[in-house]
Amino acid sequence: MDRMKQAPMDRMKAVRETPLLAVRGVTLQYKTKDHLVTATYRVDFDVLRSDRFILLGPSGCGKSTLLKAVGGYMKPIEGEIRLKGDPVTRPGPDRMMVFQEFDQLLPWRTVRENVMFPLRSAGRLSRRAAEEKAMEYIAKVNLSAFADNYPHTLSGGMKQRVAIARGMAMEPDILLMDEPFAALDALTRRKMQDELLTLWEGTRFTVLFVTHSIPEAIKIGSRILLLSPHPGQVKAELDSLPPDASGAEVTALEQRIHSMLFADAVEEPVAEPAHA
Amino acid sequence: MPDIAMETSTVNLTNAPAARPEVLREPVSSASFGIVEKPLSMWERVTNQGWVRKLALLVVLGVVWEVYARQLDNPLLFPTFSATVTSFVKGIFGGDLFAKALTSLRVLLMGYAAGIGCAAILTVVAITSRVGTDLLELLTSMFNPLPAIALLPLALIWFGLGTGSIVFVIIHSVLWAVSLNTHSGFLSVSNTLRMVGRNYGLTGLRYVARILIPAAFPSILTGLKIGWAFAWRTLIAAELVFGVSSGSGGLGWYIYENKNQLEIPNVFAGLFTVIVIGLLVENVVFRVLEAKTVRKWGLQS
Repeated sequence: MDRMKQAPMDRMKAVRETPLLAVRGVTLQYKTKDHLVTATYRVDFDVLRSDRFILLGPSGCGKSTLLKAVGGYMKPIEGEIRLKGDPVTRPGPDRMMVFQEFDQLLPWRTVRENVMFPLRSAGRLSRRAAEEKAMEYIAKVNLSAFADNYPHTLSGGMKQRVAIARGMAMEPDILLMDEPFAALDALTRRKMQDELLTLWEGTRFTVLFVTHSIPEAIKIGSRILLLSPHPGQVKAELDSLPPDASGAEVTALEQRIHSMLFADAVEEPVAEPAHA
Repeated sequence: MPDIAMETSTVNLTNAPAARPEVLREPVSSASFGIVEKPLSMWERVTNQGWVRKLALLVVLGVVWEVYARQLDNPLLFPTFSATVTSFVKGIFGGDLFAKALTSLRVLLMGYAAGIGCAAILTVVAITSRVGTDLLELLTSMFNPLPAIALLPLALIWFGLGTGSIVFVIIHSVLWAVSLNTHSGFLSVSNTLRMVGRNYGLTGLRYVARILIPAAFPSILTGLKIGWAFAWRTLIAAELVFGVSSGSGGLGWYIYENKNQLEIPNVFAGLFTVIVIGLLVENVVFRVLEAKTVRKWGLQS
């Protein structure tokens, strides 16, 4: 807990070092059937090692698109994304993704095989070493008893835990999580958030986490990037609160972020008639 | 939590129902309500087996055949079930039915395997390039409606009387059905799974083999089943047209020959063999394949 509190101080020192992930002036566009949509406009941010970095914004602010760009699935039309100094050009196992959808596990492989698969196909480990590492991370997400189950026999929360174990077992430079808990029920979601924090305490991995829930952002994040919608632009970059922050502090930050997002919602109806 | 507080403050609560007392209860011990979990009866467990139900149906069909044929009492038109089975058993153990069936199966497997091989090449080309997709769509819409038998005269000129011609028409009948199903299976693989595969750094053939093929396996299996049925039909039809070659004709030729000699129970025995092999392949080979793959993976219930 103490180390978490110190995080802002460490940050001051670390800013001068090269960031793990540098996003510089990134503009992203994608084509729908009859529109060219600008998803984000000149977004800048830095993710440092062991950050729990949150991309927060209402739907349509391009946060998922931004995550996909970091994942290497799309190229920015302007600006650049660098991981450890090297530009990101294509998807790769150094940036493991955890998706929102439950169907991200390979249905034809057991839990153990699912976690082993990327380890093996990256060719880094022998079969035995991969199996050991897979079981280690499956134990971390409390699924050892289900190692030989096929994904379709698991609940949604368990599937997401396998996906997280799979991502972590690769020990990627950065773990990319695209609203991984959004499709879960409220009780399971809260449990998963606690588990994720416990896992982070153990290994202090770097995670880039997309969400549209303000309480989730404050709970999980160490640093929060606030994006405005249509197209996504950086509105603010805030430090989150340590996990032992008082309820009043949390409420205050929640309201502060809420009012920033709410400001947009008020502006819109005023701006709309002017266009029409 | 503050969002909720803000919302409720604006809601008018004056119409809310009157306050009610709280209800707190202890769950009753499960001993007091009869069944929590009880094994099913023997009858229920037996009838839950698909093969038992199918076997029962087969017996019923056999009895209906027997009764009808006995009433008709005309072995030249419609021999009884028992006569058919007798000549089937005689044909298998004494006659040349077994050899004929083997000949047919050998040619069939050759054509089937070659057809699947061609389909694999065609679909891999189709998913790796847009021109390939266009080519596959064009070729299937051109040749899929073309009956394989219609190509037989041409095949006879190209490959002569013999196995070559039959294998050619079987390839034609298998190729398009399997390609169409495999390709549509590849197209329906969920975007998340594709992204997962690319996230692992898989590209090219490794991506196809490790992600696309297993994910599309339900469709591929359907294609294989349809292809198998098409291959059988084409084979028997082709053998009926010519089996004269090299004296080693297959089942189709056996049926044709026996019809000419008015050995109608033998004709039925030949047809019966086709049916039995079809039943076995569908209910044993494909069923086991299904149980080991798509059912185990929960892709199909």
